[in-house]
Amino acid sequence: MLRFILSRIGMAVPTVFLVAVVVFFLIRLVPGDPAALLLGDMASPESVAALRSDLGLDKNILTQFAIWLTNVFQGDLGTSITTKEPVAHLVIERFKVSAGIVLVAVALASLAAVPAGFIAALRQNSKLDLTLVSVAALLLSIPTFWLGLVILLIFGLKLGWLPVVGYVSVAEDPSRGLLYVLMPILTLFLHEIGVLLRMARASALEVLRLDYITHARAKGLPERTVLWRHVFPNAFAPTLTLIGLVLGNMLGGIAVVETVFTIPGLGRLLVDAIFGRDYPVIQGCLLFIAVIYVLVNLIVDLCYPLFDPRVKIT
Amino acid sequence: MKTLSANAMVGGLFVGAFVIAACIGSVWTPYDPMALDMKARLAGPSIQHLLGADEFGRDVLSRLMLGASASGIVSLATVAIATILGTALGSISGYLGGWTDRVLVAVTNALLAFPGILLALGLLAIFGANKYGIVLALGIAYTPSVARIVRGTVLSLREREFIDASRVSGDSEMYTLLRHILPNCLAPLTVLSTSMFGWTLLSESALSFLGLGVPPPAPTWGNMLAAARPYLAQAAWLAIFPGLCISIVLLGINLLGDALRDRLDPKMRGMQ
Amino acid sequence: MNTPTLLTVDRLVLGATAVATQVVSGVSLTLRRGERIGIVGESGSGKSMLMRAVIGLLPAGISKLGGSVRFEDRDMGDLQPEDLRKLRGKGIGLIFQEPMTSLNPALTIGRQLEEGLALHTAMDANERQAAILAMLRRVGIADPDAAVRAFPHEFSGGMRQRIMIASVMLLEPALLIADEPTTALDAVVQREVLELLHALVEEKGTAMVLISHDMAMVAQYTDRVLVMQKGVCVEEGATSELLRAPRHEYTRKLLSALPRRAPARAVAPSAPLASVRNMKLAYGSGSSAKAVLHGIDLDIHPGEIVALVGGSGSGKTTLGRIIAGLLQPNEGTLTFRGQAVNRKSGGYADYRANCQMVFQDPYSSLDPRMRVREIVAAPLRHEKSMRSAERRQRVDEVLSEVGLGPQFADRFPHQLSGGQRQRVAIARALARRPDLVIADEAVSALDMTVKAQILKLLSQLQEQQGFACLFISHDLGVVEQIADRVVVMHRGVIEEQGSRDEIFDRPTSSYTKKLLSAVPMLTPADGGGIDLVWRAA
Repeated sequence: MLRFILSRIGMAVPTVFLVAVVVFFLIRLVPGDPAALLLGDMASPESVAALRSDLGLDKNILTQFAIWLTNVFQGDLGTSITTKEPVAHLVIERFKVSAGIVLVAVALASLAAVPAGFIAALRQNSKLDLTLVSVAALLLSIPTFWLGLVILLIFGLKLGWLPVVGYVSVAEDPSRGLLYVLMPILTLFLHEIGVLLRMARASALEVLRLDYITHARAKGLPERTVLWRHVFPNAFAPTLTLIGLVLGNMLGGIAVVETVFTIPGLGRLLVDAIFGRDYPVIQGCLLFIAVIYVLVNLIVDLCYPLFDPRVKIT
Repeated sequence: MKTLSANAMVGGLFVGAFVIAACIGSVWTPYDPMALDMKARLAGPSIQHLLGADEFGRDVLSRLMLGASASGIVSLATVAIATILGTALGSISGYLGGWTDRVLVAVTNALLAFPGILLALGLLAIFGANKYGIVLALGIAYTPSVARIVRGTVLSLREREFIDASRVSGDSEMYTLLRHILPNCLAPLTVLSTSMFGWTLLSESALSFLGLGVPPPAPTWGNMLAAARPYLAQAAWLAIFPGLCISIVLLGINLLGDALRDRLDPKMRGMQ
Repeated sequence: MNTPTLLTVDRLVLGATAVATQVVSGVSLTLRRGERIGIVGESGSGKSMLMRAVIGLLPAGISKLGGSVRFEDRDMGDLQPEDLRKLRGKGIGLIFQEPMTSLNPALTIGRQLEEGLALHTAMDANERQAAILAMLRRVGIADPDAAVRAFPHEFSGGMRQRIMIASVMLLEPALLIADEPTTALDAVVQREVLELLHALVEEKGTAMVLISHDMAMVAQYTDRVLVMQKGVCVEEGATSELLRAPRHEYTRKLLSALPRRAPARAVAPSAPLASVRNMKLAYGSGSSAKAVLHGIDLDIHPGEIVALVGGSGSGKTTLGRIIAGLLQPNEGTLTFRGQAVNRKSGGYADYRANCQMVFQDPYSSLDPRMRVREIVAAPLRHEKSMRSAERRQRVDEVLSEVGLGPQFADRFPHQLSGGQRQRVAIARALARRPDLVIADEAVSALDMTVKAQILKLLSQLQEQQGFACLFISHDLGVVEQIADRVVVMHRGVIEEQGSRDEIFDRPTSSYTKKLLSAVPMLTPADGGGIDLVWRAA
């Protein structure tokens, strides 16, 4: 068991390393002096010179990468050009906001979509199946930023139930804070239902045509038992992988939803940093989100043997 | 020939309408999409302006038509870049194997570790937020996905006996790759390119919506939506129509993609 | 003959309503308690669908269009879904062809065996456990206590099929439907599993319907046989009579398709065409390396048909691929006309032109995007001196040799039947008039009657053109028919080799004897049919 966990973590390390390489060189590809880029237009020549020696810009590129990597490991992602705050602190604070919304939305969407997808597969080509598949295709095709605007229009403006602009942290004021995250959660929830329902249905259909399902039926088991004991565990494993991917993808794509609802999350931080050419923040956000994505997939991988005994855990 | 599925018909209808609108929009629009007309500012849908006018009095229908052609061209260029690069890398990686394969797979995996449009956002920081920047950034961001799928297809084709047959008859590796393997990658590539066109369209409008895409005043569906955000209370149609257009085209592409996959991918065949 | 009737199928019609085609058109049968019958037919005969209809588990899209099924004096059509479920497992058991997919990979063997007992019997948990352990021991599972806690992927195909049999027989059904229960298994394992199944059915007095494409196998284990063709039962009768004196033309065709020994031929002695010396190969490297060939020596002489036989994992296919130049061995040499084969040597072009291959799966061996003409012409690309008119003429020539007219030249592989595809594959191999053809399980994937035709075609062409043939097969019946010489492989070494008659009549190795005990000898019977005799193991 321990060896399995260690080997999976071992497999994730090179990916994280390569991600770090990509992020490091991405910024080095921007034309201009990296030190000047990292300090912004307002920096004095002295501070640029100081940072140049800190980053080792006079040394070769591999030494520079080593210095940067060492800093990252010590939790030092640099300092924001615009706010002068440490990037690590900024990223973590903003991540808390985004993560809450994403986690709740994915959890709710999984709870609704996975059983619905399995039931649709079980009644393939029935009216229920057709309805569910059509709804999923529709939800999948509506971009989140427009879905968000429509929800804002209905619940914020026409009905006036929820606040249109601003943000209050749930941690500070739970009841008021909740009002601000309801619409973004609903938006992401509706969108991911489309993705997850289709995937759950496809996995279940794949399992349903296998002989052991017919064997289970030939034993005389009722459909409910066939579904939950024989279809569910086997169809859930691939769905779990997808839930992991969806979680990560949402972190990448949450910027648009945060823009619609003016939420100060990680996505918005990245987009504002790109506008402001705040390279330390851009670098920090990219690295952080990618590492989180790798971690989520790692956790999914580690959960896999629970659902599929064929994955060896020794 | 089998009869066309409902998916293919509805999807084809929506995508066809998009292509026609984009083609017309690139040569003719009811009004000049850039012309300001303060008298028509935030005018609702009417006979003069079928879909209303925006905060500068510009005709929304005209801007949507021009936006369709702009989005269409950006998406096509992106798909072309990603398909060509991805096919080249994926087929070399899958067919040669060995160290070339290991290095390419490691790089592909690292790039795929950036979720969604994140890699494109990072690349945009380098290329700059404009039409060419978007095409390059999205094109490169999608290349690893294409490479991965082409590599997988090449690997499974290599196991097929007709590849052995080609080798037994004395064909060179290069000849086998070009004559037998690549033509058989066409079906999955067609399905992938179709979905990729949808992803690009969506990503491009998302980036434009964030202000990181094609800069105003040139209209795209995404930046029209972004511009409509402050006027949501007074002029909801400004936000409704561009979003509706994106959704319909995406739905069309998704349905068409499903229909293509059912038809071309033997694994999915007969599963509806 | 007073045993009560168990199952009556009356003029059953099954079909796909959507496309208005019938898969079973008016088949009737009756089965008494404890009786064992066989249903024989080729793919598309409707034999599996017929029995799926009996248990009420037709695949989506196929439904009952007419007729009736009565089981234990009840019309299955009148049963409520709840009553039908009670009948499944307890009344009627079903065993599938593919042991690799018929057990749920996510559940332990114990849980899968237990759920039927929990559903259909009043046993408590301890009694169920005891019954499961006893049954697993009965079907030959070495360590039942460990097996109940294990998952299906921890067992081989043969063991899984034993577990499957245990799972079904635990409930002691009155009727057992076995749908090609051993087709996916090795010949030797096949025989063992069938013997077990037969013994269990005998013990419990279970009635059995054995569905198979294999006439010889059905003959061994059943009292009565139904022959089905394209959804219709063309002949029914007591097994021994039907075998000896078939009445219907299709039955005769099926029986004559069973392979039988051709007269021995004399092959003039000469220097070997291709030789393999001390051939070794292991997959993987380092500590995980798995040795497949342990130093093989083999000669193939001009104009002879050498059969390479063995079970899965014997290394026969690997050896064939090395001789075809598709695999590089770790050690050992391959010589062709006395010259070592390697890419740089002068004789390489001659070797490549004269050593061709026919593959197992005709659905995978033809490029789906090429027309028949292009496929057959492809090897001719390397005949530099040939003009395009000559190439076209050669393609037409070989196509007609393999019995395909010019009208096939412009078709794509998906427009051909399995047999036609294999003819195209043979035409491609013969296009350059090779001296050596390697046929790797070239008839294994084909239906019985098609198999017989392709086999006949191969030996005719060999007779006319005189090429040597390395015929790789797991099917000893086919080998007995076609081979001049037989080489038996087992776990990467050659067990025994000799002329066909020596190997089949006077085997010395115990492995060869075991292989031979799984195939019957056929002799013509007075009624135009055959007699089957089984060799002792």
